Amino acid sequence: MSTLIGSSRAPGAAATGWDVERIRQDFPALHQHVHGKPLVYLDNAATSQKPQAVIDALTAYYTRDNANVHRGVHLLSERATEAYENARRRIQHHLNAASPREIVFVRQATEAINLVMASFGRTVVGTGDEIVISALEHHANIVPWQMLCEEKGARLKVVPVDDRGDLIMDEYARLLGPRTRLVAITQVSNALGTITPIDEIIRLAHRANIAVLVDGAQAAPHQPIDVQKLDCDFFVFSGHKTYGPTGIGVLYGKEARLERMPPYQGGGDMIKMVTFEKTIYNDLPYKFEAGTPHIAGAIGLATALDYLAGLGLDRIAAWEHQLLEHGTELLQAEPGVRLIGTARRKAAVLSFVLDGVHAHDVGTILDHHGVAVRAGHHCAMPVMARFGVPATVRASLGLYNTPGELETLARGLREAREIIGG
Amino acid sequence: MTDLRDLYQQVILDHNKKPRNFRVLAGANRTADGYNPLCGDQLKLYLDVEDGVIKDAAFQGKGCAISKASASLMTAAVIGKPVDEAETLFHRVHAMLTGDVTASRDTSGNDGLGKLAVFAGVREFPSRIKCASLAWHTLRAALSGARDAVTTE
Repeated sequence: MSTLIGSSRAPGAAATGWDVERIRQDFPALHQHVHGKPLVYLDNAATSQKPQAVIDALTAYYTRDNANVHRGVHLLSERATEAYENARRRIQHHLNAASPREIVFVRQATEAINLVMASFGRTVVGTGDEIVISALEHHANIVPWQMLCEEKGARLKVVPVDDRGDLIMDEYARLLGPRTRLVAITQVSNALGTITPIDEIIRLAHRANIAVLVDGAQAAPHQPIDVQKLDCDFFVFSGHKTYGPTGIGVLYGKEARLERMPPYQGGGDMIKMVTFEKTIYNDLPYKFEAGTPHIAGAIGLATALDYLAGLGLDRIAAWEHQLLEHGTELLQAEPGVRLIGTARRKAAVLSFVLDGVHAHDVGTILDHHGVAVRAGHHCAMPVMARFGVPATVRASLGLYNTPGELETLARGLREAREIIGG
Repeated sequence: MTDLRDLYQQVILDHNKKPRNFRVLAGANRTADGYNPLCGDQLKLYLDVEDGVIKDAAFQGKGCAISKASASLMTAAVIGKPVDEAETLFHRVHAMLTGDVTASRDTSGNDGLGKLAVFAGVREFPSRIKCASLAWHTLRAALSGARDAVTTE
């Protein structure tokens, strides 16, 4: 696959010094053929491929250090504990959290949201209270709140989006009221790529003394995250979308908030002392980490974040923005393509429909060109309903994608129209 | 390597573009809804069953080429058939889609599938089998009088 760095279609690519071909060498899974064609992996919003450094970190842990954490007096357990806690500190620094006590390991963003719902939500939300989400949310940031509302007799309020896929901020400001207990909003829409004005969202909520949870699952892989600057109360993301392993994710919570929250699950590691009469819970963050954690996953995720920091998250964002502009131009030039989601500020997500060809058929035909995309509702059915489409094709880009790969995508779309629509 | 033409056969493309029996059936006495939550395919099936025979069949809905063509060809295949024959046909189609060659034929080795055999290529595309089977599961639900929407999950 040739890249077009510095070509007229991608002006400025050379200026950033982004050596995409060298970076691609770090990702073994990219170098394979599917259906006889070189793999073009454009499904990064679903999950990203893993750099060799992450794969090596997992192998090294299981080859050398594997033991349970926080309990053994033997050397391997000490090594595993050190590696696990070291991972927590690396992630703390990556997010610029004030303390490692604010970093709770969970399975993924979904579990982090469920934790906040079950622990924070059940404590502060009562009958007649309100929770504000947005029309851009992934099901993971809708369904837990619906469950809570049903349980407590509370109401879910939804910030609408305009035709471009931007949040209507006037409506947001109007929705914040005396009964609002929590705002839970995404930083980047997985289905459309919209980057929400998260600073403004947090500022307005805090002015009314309302806690804010930021779903950072689609932001963390693509831009620097500074939770103290954001001043959010909770920030959640998944390891596997951030070039790390599956089954590991992070809940960041302000220490003062986490301190006041009851445990999420009961079990080992989350306790200080257990008798049949009473149990004393452990300190942060262990209070929220019942049972043996995903030790290797935490180490793998810290390695992935170090890898991203090594490349530079600002440079990653700049490269992906260039890809987005190139891809947008290419798709707008394709007959029959209608982009869904044209927000003013967008992450590198190209969601679209092809006239006369269902997204699922486009997906199959692209797969035969070696191009992996998502076709469907992207776990955001309310977004699809808002734009009046049952499904879209979504090409979601990552740091290793190239302008040439976007041209392969465009060629695949032409064939889809020839086969089905012609 | 599988070929896209095995999946998108001319008959399928034709039924996708010009689906047969694509309408609301006013006199229907059996209906069922089918839904594929993975891709959002939705269809409503209408049957007019009298004296154990499917007198008429029609459908409405949204879906990919495979699901639309499957519903179109299915309605054409079952109109005029006794209910038990439609049921047998369901099993044959299901066996064909899942690659169970023996179950897709009768004792004389005849598959009795006729035009429906164009969907044989679907089994090489595991993510698309549910697109082809959605209409058939919905047919079964309509015949058994199920009230909830059928889903492929």
